[in-house]
Amino acid sequence: MFAAASLTAAFGGLGDAFTTANPDVDVRFNFAGSSDLVAQISDGAPVDVFASADLTTMAKLTDAGLAAGEPSTFATNVVEVVVEPRNPLGITGVADLADGDLVVVQCAPGVPCGSYAVQVFANAGITVTPSSYEENVNGVVTKVTLGEADAGIVYRTDVIAAGDAVEGVPIPDEINVVAEYPIAPVADAPNAAGAQAFVDFVLSPSGQDILAAYGFGPA
Amino acid sequence: MPFPALVLAGITVAFFALPLVGLLWRAPWSNAWAYLTDDTALTALRLSLVTSLCATALSIVFGVPLAWLLARVSFPGRGAVRALCLLSMVLPPVVGGVALFFALGRRGIVGQYLDEWFGITLPFTTAGVVVAQTFVSMPFLVITVEAALRLLDPRLEEASRTLGASRWYTFRRVTLPAIRPALVAGAVLAWARALGEFGATITFAGNFPGTTQTMPLAVYLSLETNPEEAIVLALVMIAISFGVLLGLRDRWFGSVDRSAQVAA
Repeated sequence: MFAAASLTAAFGGLGDAFTTANPDVDVRFNFAGSSDLVAQISDGAPVDVFASADLTTMAKLTDAGLAAGEPSTFATNVVEVVVEPRNPLGITGVADLADGDLVVVQCAPGVPCGSYAVQVFANAGITVTPSSYEENVNGVVTKVTLGEADAGIVYRTDVIAAGDAVEGVPIPDEINVVAEYPIAPVADAPNAAGAQAFVDFVLSPSGQDILAAYGFGPA
Repeated sequence: MPFPALVLAGITVAFFALPLVGLLWRAPWSNAWAYLTDDTALTALRLSLVTSLCATALSIVFGVPLAWLLARVSFPGRGAVRALCLLSMVLPPVVGGVALFFALGRRGIVGQYLDEWFGITLPFTTAGVVVAQTFVSMPFLVITVEAALRLLDPRLEEASRTLGASRWYTFRRVTLPAIRPALVAGAVLAWARALGEFGATITFAGNFPGTTQTMPLAVYLSLETNPEEAIVLALVMIAISFGVLLGLRDRWFGSVDRSAQVAA
């Protein structure tokens, strides 16, 4: 199972529930930036299921003929500004990130989270010059947790997953983006039946409940 | 040469050659020039060369005295000090980067004072890239030069001193020429290591075009969006490294004979 980095916590929970319901199945995950994963699958990595953080990256897979079926959107997400606990710099919104003295980090534009960040900045009509482009959301969260960056743009689910280590500053719906997460079984999967079973489970009410518990929006 | 050994050697050469051949095969030759002259590529290349050369210079300036200390001065705990200085050679680079954070980052042991007192921050700056590269590459120079200094016959230096030469003169005109091949080899190794550094750089210095995005980082990121460009950039790095290794070949192999001669 290849899944976007932002799904680390949620799919861990889904994996546990799936294994409890199907004890003879062994579920293994590889979490990374969605674009990295597509590159690996394109190069021939043996994968059963792929879950991406945006439709564009999933399209790269389907365009290359590497998906075994039509992708289904299984969850949605929004982005948030992530800051240190107790928000020492008093950041109130995205507009504050345009301040040149702030150390802002985001995902690289080629990664879904990065392209969402660029969109949000455009929606807000501001120019933000980040100090670093990270390879995935975990990199952004780490830099903020360690105190190296003042603020970052990550998914709301990442803020929830990081718990007390960070604080989130919500972005108003008018300028926010809705990230749609598609999932699809991969062509030539080593375990095609298992792949379909997992996809069905994710789309089922119990799967959706688990995703909601981690902060994802409905499909 | 016995046939089985020849076969093994042949397989090994193929092992090293195959990835390179693979790259050459998949390279998009028709678009290659466009990718090469692309802003991203040229910026990353220039940054890589500048930072790796700075890191090599720092490695020489600080590494040679360290090598001298470890080779010539006997003090309690010398073994531990040597292990400490060479640690970053075996440490996974990302671990090195994280460790540099805790030392020199904004909240680091020393870093917080650098920030408070002098307003100097190293993460996300080109200086940070140089620091990360020096951290991982200096041990290669230290280990090479230390070995050469140990092999060096101290009587040559003693003779120079008894003839009235100052310590600095002796070092400059007797010691340095004698260890020159090892110094050059060590500098080349350090430079190559600095040029290829990825983990510590992306963790400690971050990734931003023009400031901290060195070639390895540019290759990694373009692999996600444009694999063809990544291949071309990778080939550029290989070509440069290959050229340097080819050019300095004689000096490298010369070091073994020279040191043996001097010690005799």
